[in-house]
Amino acid sequence: MKLRPLAIALAAALLAAGCGGGDADPGSTDALPPADPASVTGEVTVLTNRTDLVTDGTMKKYADEFKKTYPGVTVKFEGITDYEGEVKIRMNTENYGDVLLIPNTIVRDDYPKFFANLGSVSSVGGKYLFTDKSTVSGKVYGLAGFGAVNGFVYNKEVWAQAGLTQWPTTPEGFLAALQAIKDKTQAIPYYTNYKDGWPLTSWSSVVGSVTCDTKAQDKLASATDPWAAGSDLRAGDGLLFNIVKNKLSEPDPATTNWEDSKGLIATGKVGSMWLGSWAIAQMQDAAKKAGKDPATIGYMPFPAQVNGKYCSVLSPDYQYAVNVHSKSKPAARAWIDWMLDKSGFAEANQAVSTVKGAPLPSALKPFTDNGVQFIELSQEKAGLFNKIDNASEVGLNKQDYRQRLVDVARGAAPGDLNSVLGELARKWSEAAKLAGS
Amino acid sequence: MTSRPAAGGFFAAMAKRRPQLTAWLYLAAALALLITFTYVPVASMIWYSFTNWDGVSPDPQFVGWSNYGQLFSRPELFQVFFVSLYYLVASFVQIVLALYFAVVLSFSTWFRNLFKGVLFFPYLINGVAVAFIFLYFFRQGGTLDSVLAFFGVHTGQFWLGDPDWVNVSLSGVSVWRFLGLNFVLFLGAIQSIPQELHEAASLDGASRWQVFRHIIAPGIKPVLSLSVILAISGSLSVFEIPYIMTGGSGESLTFVIQTVKLAFQFNKMGLASAAAVVLLAMVLLITWLQRRLVPEERTDLT
Repeated sequence: MKLRPLAIALAAALLAAGCGGGDADPGSTDALPPADPASVTGEVTVLTNRTDLVTDGTMKKYADEFKKTYPGVTVKFEGITDYEGEVKIRMNTENYGDVLLIPNTIVRDDYPKFFANLGSVSSVGGKYLFTDKSTVSGKVYGLAGFGAVNGFVYNKEVWAQAGLTQWPTTPEGFLAALQAIKDKTQAIPYYTNYKDGWPLTSWSSVVGSVTCDTKAQDKLASATDPWAAGSDLRAGDGLLFNIVKNKLSEPDPATTNWEDSKGLIATGKVGSMWLGSWAIAQMQDAAKKAGKDPATIGYMPFPAQVNGKYCSVLSPDYQYAVNVHSKSKPAARAWIDWMLDKSGFAEANQAVSTVKGAPLPSALKPFTDNGVQFIELSQEKAGLFNKIDNASEVGLNKQDYRQRLVDVARGAAPGDLNSVLGELARKWSEAAKLAGS
Repeated sequence: MTSRPAAGGFFAAMAKRRPQLTAWLYLAAALALLITFTYVPVASMIWYSFTNWDGVSPDPQFVGWSNYGQLFSRPELFQVFFVSLYYLVASFVQIVLALYFAVVLSFSTWFRNLFKGVLFFPYLINGVAVAFIFLYFFRQGGTLDSVLAFFGVHTGQFWLGDPDWVNVSLSGVSVWRFLGLNFVLFLGAIQSIPQELHEAASLDGASRWQVFRHIIAPGIKPVLSLSVILAISGSLSVFEIPYIMTGGSGESLTFVIQTVKLAFQFNKMGLASAAAVVLLAMVLLITWLQRRLVPEERTDLT
């Protein structure tokens, strides 16, 4: 017990050291594109969540290709498995690489404290998609690496076997289709991936897809019920609830396995899964490994139409940013621009390039063929949205409330759809009122 | 040692002059580690519990007792302690089993060392690996179902998916994993009982039960009471196994998982620190109560 005052003094000293470190001026806080590639020099450390691409040498290949244009720049990679958790802690220091992906937990208003300015909205926003997600008072602080849409990955053979040829146009139609799969085939119509949890978070991406409203995300940042009748979330969460309630999903959700689910859908043991378009390539890979035709993996939009057209929301993946304390900002910026414009990274991953006007990946060809309309959501109120989401502990983009929804639907927890969503809506509006919206 | 007479001479001289300084030198490494990795983090945690820090923001604000106020005005945050009861019951089952095996294996039996190894082995396996092993064990048509089917039992039970069963299954894993630790503690205590006492008892014609009741039980009382404290504090702070196996879904949420979620999902580092401080206080209180109710006494067997 005698150690207590000493420990507190030590803690105070450490805290003071931690807080006082940020004052040294590292020079300009801008990271603008360098005019002459040959004149850029320096070493750039890139933090990435794609540890697989670092270990298998893919990132090294990109770096070598980059060096051909920028001979004076050396790029090094740091693959981080627990990206969110680790980078968040490192951001309490100045040492978080030169180029990094903005962790989701960083509040947008804090961007200028951590990241260098990449240019004004008028200059950068004209060239790239999704810039308003990272714009603070007219300046852009992050550029999305690539974009994706959300939809149902499905096994075409299973659907054909159940006599289904058309994409359903309503949630009820979708349920009927799953019922037909259950009745006519051996497949599990839908796989929730409940145990791993994170695949459930992609259900948040229905926001905007149902109503085809570009302001749908901003509208959530208020005290109104996010699950009101006719809303995007009501349609999405309602569909998930009914799929489970009608026993159209796997019998024991608590022991699902993400890696196994790829093989299950590829071999026709599972009929469908709601996932981002990035998953298509992985499922096709799984089909190849199982000796099946990759073309059996299909992709369809959320079953809802506005004026006879499906709507699909293009949403950004992680955004690249330059550390405001970086000593080689021009080189860091050069790497980001090269990755987005020249590397071909998005195409290689069947993802949507964030350069405006770039063609869509081939995986989304069925969407364009069927006249699916692509929209980008306004992110003007993203700051307030996150504030309400955290304060209310609802976690709209987290797995917990949807796991709860699945539990209630399968009768493993008390309540019904209305009681679960009603309780969430109550928490949401209380937090929204406190947050002053 | 002859190659470094100077150093030896220095220490010897110092030890002669200031014996207490040498003692501190020996303690220094352990103290430095203890302070850096235990007391400093605890002090910072207590400090965070009085702020609204979100985990990244460079300028947390001091908010006084408001985190504690919020914590105690939300009874649902404490409801999760109900889950701890499952683990508490399991801990007592574990202590009884460990005691049984320790006593049996302290007498000479066939394959004694093999059984000791078998019982202790699970404790050596990394918790993450244990969780993964049991994910396969509990899944539908997994090991458990296959073994039951071999005996003609077809339950169709979802061992992790059924809210009435999930905590039983998970605490079962915990018993499997920590049985070995209790067992070794008990075995060590039993073997430190002087052999003459056993000999005297057998000369007097004492039965196995009498030996246990009058020699072994009083001999291991301090270890038994330590095990009870560990069991209670362990049940209050269950984390690893349910976090990996179910992520706290279903009805398996524990207080620590809930705290981690507050801190890292909702960025309420201040509130989560307050919750952790409360848990620490509870464990200290229970330990103190337990020490008061069962005072440590020097058992003298002779």
